[in-house]
Amino acid sequence: MAINTDKNSYTVIFAVAMVLVVGSLLAFTASSLKPNIAENRRMEKQQNILYALGINGNEGTGDITFVSTDKVAEAFKTNIKEQLVLEYKDGAIIKTMNRQEYMDQYKQEPYLIDVKKQQANAKAGKSRLLPLFVGESEGKTYYVAPIRGKGLWDAIWGYVALDEDMIVRGTFFDHAGETPGLGANIKQRYFMDDFYGERLLTEAGVFKGITVAKGNNDPKNEIKDDYEVDALAGATITGDGVSAMIKNDLKLYQPYFENLNKQASN
Amino acid sequence: MGLLSKKDAKLITDPLADNNPITIQVLGICSALAITAELKASLVMGIAVLFVLGIGNVVISLMRNIIPSKIRIIVQLIVVAALVIIVDQVLKAFAYELSKTLSVFVGLIITNCIIMGRFEAFALGNGPWRSFLDGIGNALGYAVILIIVGFFRELLGSGTLFGIPVLGDPIEKTGVYSIGYENNGFMLMPPMALIIVGLIIWVQRSRNKALIED
Repeated sequence: MAINTDKNSYTVIFAVAMVLVVGSLLAFTASSLKPNIAENRRMEKQQNILYALGINGNEGTGDITFVSTDKVAEAFKTNIKEQLVLEYKDGAIIKTMNRQEYMDQYKQEPYLIDVKKQQANAKAGKSRLLPLFVGESEGKTYYVAPIRGKGLWDAIWGYVALDEDMIVRGTFFDHAGETPGLGANIKQRYFMDDFYGERLLTEAGVFKGITVAKGNNDPKNEIKDDYEVDALAGATITGDGVSAMIKNDLKLYQPYFENLNKQASN
Repeated sequence: MGLLSKKDAKLITDPLADNNPITIQVLGICSALAITAELKASLVMGIAVLFVLGIGNVVISLMRNIIPSKIRIIVQLIVVAALVIIVDQVLKAFAYELSKTLSVFVGLIITNCIIMGRFEAFALGNGPWRSFLDGIGNALGYAVILIIVGFFRELLGSGTLFGIPVLGDPIEKTGVYSIGYENNGFMLMPPMALIIVGLIIWVQRSRNKALIED
């Protein structure tokens, strides 16, 4: 059987057939695996939030370890006391919803709020929904906020646990495609742990953020009020991305904490 | 080897040394620079390429008589891309943790010149079994270089191997750091991978003069 593979008509037919076969194969794979993947993503979000809150399987100084997938739903339920959603517009929080109010309106759990979409909303001049997860760890109430920004190659994101003075009590960072061994190290425990105890606000209550700084003469990160953590070698742009997303996204939560403290002092 | 004929065995052993894809064919340099800052990433990339090149070579070889030569590069690209995406999706559904580790490599595998190079140079002209062996051989040859480069870069750049400190603690000044040794941050930069690959090429060619082109 000899086919003349040089004929134009054959080439076109082959191309069409190939596109159809490969296209439907990919579509079939994607749609049949979708529920599994969505479930995995959901559990991952819960694990990440709990990790930032300090509820994780870390042992000694080893790698980061999450609450296992079979226990995460239960752990999330018991440890996250409330999921708040703040509606933010033009520098002010115009509305605060609790989980029930949010679910009545939007028909989904607040922790599934897509931060990327909300950032796009804000850019388009619309209001932005800011999720805030209230949980307990070390016997105190901490507030976990999601952040998202750009690394060198792709998106980076994370969760930061804060106390009522906006002092960092835990972080979790992740990335879509930073360079292994360099920028990808933001997902290493030694980098995340450096943020513990760092302050976001100055004494006067002005938002300053935390900068990932090179050569800050504090490699062990013992100085907690310098608004700096030690950078990763060879990952300047990823580090800058981390500084930027902390500054941009956590700043929006400042009015909520101001309000919280005002109420407490009354 | 009893399992393979002498000719078939050469398909595996050749790329490991005298016809190495990186040092002799000079393919796949880009990924060798990008991901060899740590040993673990090198190993994962090696395994991923082994998988994709082994299967991809067989698929292309099976299709070799019906692929129109005018669009063969596009067809090859589609085959690699489809393979990688399907594997990625399956991992995301059933081995989520592993897929997170591999996510960075997906793009690098699709654009890896070794894969296209072997499709073009071998699978289009040979049967599936021989193509499979050629794919495995070349992927192993690629992985060996990646692991050598990764070993030196991680050891000299971070003082660790597979993330485990082997030279002591650079901050607490224990181990070799106590006598004034410092990690060379330069090793973590991509250009150093090129220099290490260059050194490997130098060693290899000075041992086997037949490899030197004039």
